[in-house]
Amino acid sequence: MKRAFSMPGFAIGFCMAIVFVAAALLSFFWTPYATDGVDIVNKLRPPAAGNWFGTDQYGRDILSMLMVGARTSIAVAVVAVGIGMGLGVPLGLAAAAQKGSLIDEILMRGNDLVFAFPALLIAILITAVFGPSAVNAIIAIGIFNIPVFARLSRGAALSLWTRDFVLSARVAGKGALRISVEHILPNITNLLIVQGTIQFSLGILAEAALSYIGLGAQPPMPSWGRMLADSQTMISFAPHLALFPGAAIVLTVLGLNLMGDALRDLFDPKINRER
Amino acid sequence: MLIFTLKRLLSLGLSLIAASVVIFVVVEIIPGDPARLMLGINATQDAVDALRSQMGLDQGLLARYWLWVSGMLQGDFGISYTYRVPVVEMVQGRVWVSLPLALYALLLSTVIAFPIGIIAAAKRGSWADWLVMGGTQLGVAIPNFWFAMIMVNIFALKYQWFSPGGFPGWDDPALAVKALTLPAFVLALPQASILARVMRSALLDTLSEDFMRTARAKGRTAKGAMVHHALRNAMIPVLTIIGLQFSFLLAGAIIIEKVFFLPGLGSMIFTAITQRDLIVVESVVMLLVFAVILVTFLVDITYALVDPRLRRRP
Repeated sequence: MKRAFSMPGFAIGFCMAIVFVAAALLSFFWTPYATDGVDIVNKLRPPAAGNWFGTDQYGRDILSMLMVGARTSIAVAVVAVGIGMGLGVPLGLAAAAQKGSLIDEILMRGNDLVFAFPALLIAILITAVFGPSAVNAIIAIGIFNIPVFARLSRGAALSLWTRDFVLSARVAGKGALRISVEHILPNITNLLIVQGTIQFSLGILAEAALSYIGLGAQPPMPSWGRMLADSQTMISFAPHLALFPGAAIVLTVLGLNLMGDALRDLFDPKINRER
Repeated sequence: MLIFTLKRLLSLGLSLIAASVVIFVVVEIIPGDPARLMLGINATQDAVDALRSQMGLDQGLLARYWLWVSGMLQGDFGISYTYRVPVVEMVQGRVWVSLPLALYALLLSTVIAFPIGIIAAAKRGSWADWLVMGGTQLGVAIPNFWFAMIMVNIFALKYQWFSPGGFPGWDDPALAVKALTLPAFVLALPQASILARVMRSALLDTLSEDFMRTARAKGRTAKGAMVHHALRNAMIPVLTIIGLQFSFLLAGAIIIEKVFFLPGLGSMIFTAITQRDLIVVESVVMLLVFAVILVTFLVDITYALVDPRLRRRP
């Protein structure tokens, strides 16, 4: 961990990301203003001392909305990555343990199939059936994450299965399941953390996009994507409405990506040396 | 090469069948009777029953699936529940907005990414490399619909170089291309950033290969070796990404269409969702998935053409 913080990319990315996590956590206890009231007198105020980021078309404080919106973005992305890892990693490990078997073949073809459905199409199908909501956005992004983690862990596990320490574990009489859990999984944790960081940032982008087109978080749940959708018709006379939620998304995603890249360099000594 | 192509074709067919089953099953879960939905709450049971049998809804699950698939194979995508016109007609008008938009964006992405990636790799560690790496990092992080809103505000509303939205149709190709330029550019930007990074790292990988040293040793200039040896060998990962990007662009086009009020498949699918016009959703999603699977197939074939070593791969 100390080594990670000595890399400028990680340190900068971490600071950027932690600001938004902190804002989201803080919003549970305190926001500068309430986000559920309407204050028409103060609507569409530009940024000023009282409201640092201005107010929206209902007079709500943008900063407060952003803080609560961070909650939605982070929750959706975290759960979606959880679904992807929770289902994808066991599937990938199982496929690697049974390499070349029917299970492996079925799992990998299934993976290819999910890859043919971009997250947005999955979301469209799900919302067409169950109606738009933040939960359905989570499911859609989560399903999209499964093959990403399955493929990654299968590939990494396959190369580990040929190593001597796995062979000795087999000689010691351990079964495929125990070897996967006790020897393979700990050795691919680094890879999973890197990919998790990247999928996390992709999840935030996807949530914003889905909410923007109306397939994600529904009112009154504040969401960065929906704030942008609402701001679209007012952008020419109230640009601050679009500026701050967009900047929040960019900074969060940028921070996570910087962290992910730095971690990848840290965990992969080959890249470290060559680039 | 023939066997390779046949194997890929087989897997293309299987993927299509699997995808159609998934879509069909998902849409089948939905409660409610489309015939009742079309006729309204006051229709008599007889009328509903008649329409049900006309639409084939009174048949079993398998029969309906077969009806849907065989219809699509003959170019019959069913009839919209809300508009009572064949889905094919609705799609035809709109696919010529979405598809050109995605292809235009793919072209822009490639045109932007190739030189940038090559320069960054050739001058690794220079300020140009740092600029490219920083810029592409930013390009990946910016949500393209937000970037689109800003672009519209600046280049359409303030300077009026482009129209802020809408589509004039293909009667005047120049106008149509102009209307698609800003959306395509916005759509292309994140993909170009990814592609430039892939291009750079793929080139860096090949630049350290032995054959590059051999090429230099037999007298090729750095530029010549780059163009003749490094680029071709770096094409495999780059092609993979281009293939993947098409599906992102096609899906992304749906979102960008909303920013620019383009009458493409996106706006059609969203209207269909709010009107619960499921046959339209079903068919359009199938069409998009078909496009994605087809492109994956074409990319696989292109690989084998670019790199003969891959032809033996199962």
